Amino acid sequence: MPTGTDLPVAQRAVFEGFQHSWLVPLFYVLATVALIIFFYGVYRRVGRYRAGKRATLVRGWPRRIARSLMEVLTSRRIGRRDRYTGVAHAFIFWAFGFLFLGTTTIFLDHDVLGLVAPSLEFWKGAFFLGFSVVMDVSAALFIIGLVMMAVRRAFFSTFRLSYRRVDGKQQDRSAYEREDWWFLGQLLLIGVTGLLLEAFRLIHDHPWFQGYSPVGLAVAKGFEALGMTAPSAGEAHFVTWWVHAFLALTFIAYIPYAKSVHMLASWANAAARDEKAAVVLPTQETGAQTIPLTPIAANLTWKQLLAVDACTKCGRCHEVCPARTSGAPLSPRDLVLDLREFLGGRRGTAAAAQGTLSAAATALRDDGSPLISADVLWSCTTCRACIEVCPVGIEHVPLIVGMRQTLVEEGEMDQNLAQALMNLGRKGNSFGQSERARAKWAEQAGVPIKDARTEHCEYLWFVGDFASYDPRAQRVSQSVARVLHHLGVDFGILFESERNAGNDARRIGEEGLFESLAEKNMKALSQASFDRIFTTDPHSYNTLKNEYPAYGLECEVLHYTQLLQRLAAEGKMQIVAPQDITVTYHDPCYLGRYNRVFDAPRELIRLTGATLLEMPRNREESFCCGAGGGRIFTGDSLYGEKPAESRIREAAGLHGIESFVVACPKDMAMYTDAAKTAGYEQQIAVEDVIFLIERALGIGAKTPEEVNA
Amino acid sequence: MKKVLAFIDVVDGQPGEIGYELLDFARQAAPEAELVAVGAGPQAALEGLAGADRALWTVADGYRPDLVGEVLTAAIVAEQPDLVLVGSTAVGMDAGTYAAAKSGYASIAYVRSLEPLDGSLAAQSVILGGKMVARVAVPDRTVLQVLAGAGSAERGRVPGRPAQVGTLAEPAAKASFEGFGRPEAQDVDITRHDVLVSVGRGIGDASNIELAEELAEALGGVVSSSRPVVDAGWLPKARQVGKSGNKVKPKVYLALGISGAPEHLEGMRDAACIIAVNTDPAAPIFEVAHYGVVDDVLDFIPALTESLRVRQG
Amino acid sequence: MRIAVVMKLVPDVVEELVLSEDGKRLERGDIALKANEFDEQALEQALLLKESSGAELTVIAAETGDVDEMLYTALAKGADRALKLVGDGLQDGIWNAQYAGILVDVIADVGADAVLTGVQANDDLDGQLATWLAAGLGWSFATVVSGVEAAGESLIAKKEFAGGLTANLRLPLPAVLGIQASPEPPRYAPISRVRQIMKTQSLEEREVTAPAGSITVLSLRPPEKTGGAEMIEGDVQAKAARIAEVLAQQGI
Repeated sequence: MPTGTDLPVAQRAVFEGFQHSWLVPLFYVLATVALIIFFYGVYRRVGRYRAGKRATLVRGWPRRIARSLMEVLTSRRIGRRDRYTGVAHAFIFWAFGFLFLGTTTIFLDHDVLGLVAPSLEFWKGAFFLGFSVVMDVSAALFIIGLVMMAVRRAFFSTFRLSYRRVDGKQQDRSAYEREDWWFLGQLLLIGVTGLLLEAFRLIHDHPWFQGYSPVGLAVAKGFEALGMTAPSAGEAHFVTWWVHAFLALTFIAYIPYAKSVHMLASWANAAARDEKAAVVLPTQETGAQTIPLTPIAANLTWKQLLAVDACTKCGRCHEVCPARTSGAPLSPRDLVLDLREFLGGRRGTAAAAQGTLSAAATALRDDGSPLISADVLWSCTTCRACIEVCPVGIEHVPLIVGMRQTLVEEGEMDQNLAQALMNLGRKGNSFGQSERARAKWAEQAGVPIKDARTEHCEYLWFVGDFASYDPRAQRVSQSVARVLHHLGVDFGILFESERNAGNDARRIGEEGLFESLAEKNMKALSQASFDRIFTTDPHSYNTLKNEYPAYGLECEVLHYTQLLQRLAAEGKMQIVAPQDITVTYHDPCYLGRYNRVFDAPRELIRLTGATLLEMPRNREESFCCGAGGGRIFTGDSLYGEKPAESRIREAAGLHGIESFVVACPKDMAMYTDAAKTAGYEQQIAVEDVIFLIERALGIGAKTPEEVNA
Repeated sequence: MKKVLAFIDVVDGQPGEIGYELLDFARQAAPEAELVAVGAGPQAALEGLAGADRALWTVADGYRPDLVGEVLTAAIVAEQPDLVLVGSTAVGMDAGTYAAAKSGYASIAYVRSLEPLDGSLAAQSVILGGKMVARVAVPDRTVLQVLAGAGSAERGRVPGRPAQVGTLAEPAAKASFEGFGRPEAQDVDITRHDVLVSVGRGIGDASNIELAEELAEALGGVVSSSRPVVDAGWLPKARQVGKSGNKVKPKVYLALGISGAPEHLEGMRDAACIIAVNTDPAAPIFEVAHYGVVDDVLDFIPALTESLRVRQG
Repeated sequence: MRIAVVMKLVPDVVEELVLSEDGKRLERGDIALKANEFDEQALEQALLLKESSGAELTVIAAETGDVDEMLYTALAKGADRALKLVGDGLQDGIWNAQYAGILVDVIADVGADAVLTGVQANDDLDGQLATWLAAGLGWSFATVVSGVEAAGESLIAKKEFAGGLTANLRLPLPAVLGIQASPEPPRYAPISRVRQIMKTQSLEEREVTAPAGSITVLSLRPPEKTGGAEMIEGDVQAKAARIAEVLAQQGI
C-alpha cells in the first residue's frame, strides 16, 4: 500500500458515474419531495398533538431531556430483561445514527460548503479516511442488528410479539405484521444496497485507501472472485445507487406515517415521561370533562396523544400485565394501539381538526360499542408494571383512570364496587362497618395504644382500612403494635377519626370521593399532635406520601418496614430467637414499584435470621396480587386465573419455601385466600414480615387483661 | 277475645303453608275464640282448613293485590273480629296493612309471638334486621302480620273443609291480572333434597362455590344459597333459600358463611338439623342452628370434605 | 307520568343500637340513620321509568333525621325535584301510619300519579308504608314488586312470590308500588356530582304536622339468646371431624 505524502488526497466524487446531466437535479427534486412529505407528516402529527388538552408537565426539562438521551443512546430500557433485543436495537440505532450523520456530513460538505465556500470543504484527507472506516463498520453493524431482529421475529416464539387480541374482539392485525416486516426489510435493503454501492465503487476505482473500507472491500473481493470487472461494477454501481437512493428517500418520506415514527415520537415521549406517573394522579378539576371511552384528540392531553404515537408495539406491557396474564380482557398494548388507530384514523383526525365534540366525533366502533370497553378498564389493578416496563415511557395507568372517571360519572360499575364506594362515602371504610369499630382491633393488641387526638406522639400510625377491619390483617396490626411497644416507639392512632386514605378511590376514578376522604383525614391529622407518620398499608402510604402534600400534609411519611429498618440501624432490634426458616418476599406494588421501597423489608427479613429466596419476578418486576386499583372490591369475574394464585405457584416453585412473606394488609388477605384456593395452605404459610420480627424479638403476646391491670 | 280472623294466602290456586300456621297460631293464642278463615281463591283451596270454625271465601282466580286487600277489608267489616292474622308474606303484605287502614284497625307487623298482658295481649315483633324485639300492646281490633314459623303448619292443617263456608262477593278490583311468571326450568329443585350445602356472602367469590359443590357431592346433596349470592350472579335464582326464594325443609342444612338475616331464616328454620359456620360468633344464624362452628368457611369446607372422604374410606 | 318516590331514614343496624332510658325506643341522637335500602331500590326503579318513559320524578322524605344528603344524592342520580317535609316531632321518628297521613296531601299537591317506595323497612312496626298510602289515597297498588314498566295509563308490575313465582299485574294509574328490587342495582352517584348539586340546587321544604301514632311499644330489647347452637370448638380439623360425626348420626 502506498504511504505518506506522495499520495493524492483521499476523497471521492459525490455523484460518481452519472452520465446524464439531468440525473443530478432529478435526485435533488426527489429528495426535496421526500422531505416535503416527511415534514408534512410531522406537521400533521404535531397538529394532532396541538388539538390535545394542555398538560402540566413536571419541571426539570434539562434533566429529563438528558435522561431520555441517555436512555435512547444506551438502549437501556430496551435491553432491560431482554439483552438480545437491546444489543440488536443498539446496533441498529448507533449504525443508523452514524450513517445518518455521514449522509448529513456529505450534504453539508457538498451541498452547502460546496456552493458557498468550496475552500472550506472538509470531506477529504484524514477526515475522509476515518469517515470511511466508521461508515463501513456501521453498515455492517446495521445489517447485523436488522438480521438479529428479523431472526427474532421469524424464529423466536416471543409471546409479546403476537398481536392476538385478548378481549375477544376479532380484528385482522396482519397489517401490523406487514408494517413490521416492511420496516425491517426496507432498512435492511437500504443497508445492503449501501454496502453493495461501496463494494462496486471499490471494484470500479480501487483507490489507494480501499483498506479503510474493510467490510466493503471484503464484499468487493467476493464479487471480483465471481468475475465482476471494473466496467460492469460501474454499471451495477449506477443502478444500485438509484435503488439505494430511492429506498432511502421513501424511508425518509414515510417516517412520520408508520412504525418509523417512533424514531421521533418515542424520543420525545421518553423526554416528556413523568417519573411519578400513576404515583401522583393529576387532580381532576370539578366539572372538567373526563376522558370518554371513545376519545378524540381534544379529550386527551398532547402528552397522551404523543404517547400513543410513541408505542412501538414491543409488547412488553402486554407480557407483564397481571390482568392480561390472568385472562382479563385488558392488554395495555391493545389499549394504546386501539387509541392510536382511532385517533390517527379518519374519524379521529377529522374530529381533532374540528377540535369539537360533535355527535359524529363520539362515533363508536362499527358495532356500536365504545372504543375502550368498561371491562377492559375495570380489569386494571393499577400495578404500574406496564409503565415500569415500557421502553418509551408510555403512562397507561393515568389514561385508564381518566376513562374510569367517565365510568364512575356514568355509574357504570360492578355492583360490589359501587357498594364499596358507597361504604367509603358513608362510613369511611370499604367494609361498610361502623366507624366506631375502626380501632376495635386495638383492644386485642395486648399493649396500650395512644390516642393521637389527645396526646402528643412521635409517630402517628395511619392504620388503613384492611389493617383495621379485615380479621386477617387485624392480626398484623396487633403484631405491629406489640413490636413497636416492645421497641419503645412513641406512637398513637386516630381511632374512629381515621378514614380510608382514598388511594384506591382515586384510582377507581372516584375523584370526588378521594377529595372528600383526603379532606376529612387532613382535618383529623391537623387536630392530632405528632412528628411523623407511618402506615402499615402501602396504598395509604402512597397517597399520604405523594398525594396528600397537595392537601397540605407536610410531615415525613414512612412505611412501617422503613421505620423498623431505622430502628434496626440504631441497634434497637435485639434478635433473641433467630428464625431458621426459608422464606420468599412479595413486593407490594404500591411499596415497591410505586415508591421504590425494596430493601427495607428484605433487610428486616434477613435480620430475623430467615433465609430469603427471591421469586423470579421480584423488586421492580414484582407480580401484582390483583387487589389494587379497587379490584379487591370487584370480584374476579373478569379474571380467569387469579393473579394471587399464580403468584403463590411461583413461590411454590422455589425450593424449600416455608413462608410467603408480605408487607401489605391487602396482600395478607389476598394470599391467605390464594394459598387456600390454590391448595398450598399446608405447604406455605402466608405471613406479614412483622410476624417474623415479633417471633425473632421473642415477644409473647400479652392478654388485654394484663395490659389493663 | 271472641273472634279471630285468619287470612289464608292463596297464590296460583295453592294455599301457602302460612295459612295453616296462622290457624295454629290463632288456636294457641286464643283457644276460646271463634276462628274464621278468610281468603280468595278456588274452592279447592279450602281443603285442609277444617281447623277453622268457619270460612269466608271469595272465589277468584289469578292474583290481584287490591282484591285480596278488599276481601279482607270486607270480612273485617262484616265480622268485626278482635284480632286479624295475616302472614308476613308477599300476599299478606298486600292484604294486612291495607285492610287495617281501610277498616280502622291497628296494624302490627313482624309478629313472632303473642303473650298475655293485663287481660289483653302483647305482640313480640322482630325488627331492625333481627337485632331488636319490640313488645307492642295489641289493642282490640288489630291486624297482625305474623312471621313464618310462628305457628305450626302441621298442627294447623286439618283435613277437610271448615264446618261452615260463607261466601264473600268478589269485590271490585282496579288491578288486572295478566298471568304468572314461572321460574325457569330448574336444573335442581332444592326443595326436594335432603342435604343442602348453602353458601352466603362469606364464600367470598364465585370461584369458591366450587368448594361447596365438592362438599355437596361428598354429602350427596346440592348447593343452595342466600340472596346476596344469587344477586351477585354466582348461583341461579332457583338455588335461593329464603323469603323471596325457596322455603326448604331438608334433613340437614349446612349454612356456610350465612349470617342469618330474618328473610333467610324464614326459608330454612324448619330443617331437621342445621349446621352453621361463620366467622362472626354473634351471627344470628347460630340462634337457629343446632350446631355451630366459628371459622372461615374457606378453611372449614375443605377440611369437612376431607373428613367425610376419610370416613367414607 | 309524574312519579313520587317516598324515602325514609331507618336505623343503620350495622352501628350500635342505643336504647332510650325507658327502654321503649332507640335513642335517636345516638344511633346512625341511613336511607332505607328498599327505598333506594324504589328510587332506582323510578329512575329507570323516567329514562324509559320520560316521567317527572319528585323525591320526598320527612325530616326524621338528616335527610339532606339522601335527597341531594337522589337529585344527583337524576330526580327532578326533592321535597323535604319538616315539622315538629318528626325528629323522633314517625310510624308509617303517620307518614302516610302526612303524605296523602303532599302527594296530591305534587300531582303525582304514581308513588314508589320501598316494600318494607327495618323499623316499620305498624305495617308497610306502601299499603298505608294506597289505602289512604284510594289508589291501585302492589307490593313486593321487582320490575315496573309504563304502559299508557297504567303500569305493568311484576310481583314476586316465594319460590320464584311472579305475577304480572296491570295497575291503572294512579298507583302505589312497594318495591322489593329494581331490575338494575341502585346506581352510584359520584361524590363530586352530589357536591355540585348541593351548590347549585336547593331542596324544597314543606311544613307538615304528623297525626298521632296508633301503636304502643312496651319495650324494645335485643332478642334473648335462646341457647341456640351447640358450638363446636377446636382447630379446624377437629371441628370438621366433629361435624362429619354429626352428619353420620343424621344418617348422611
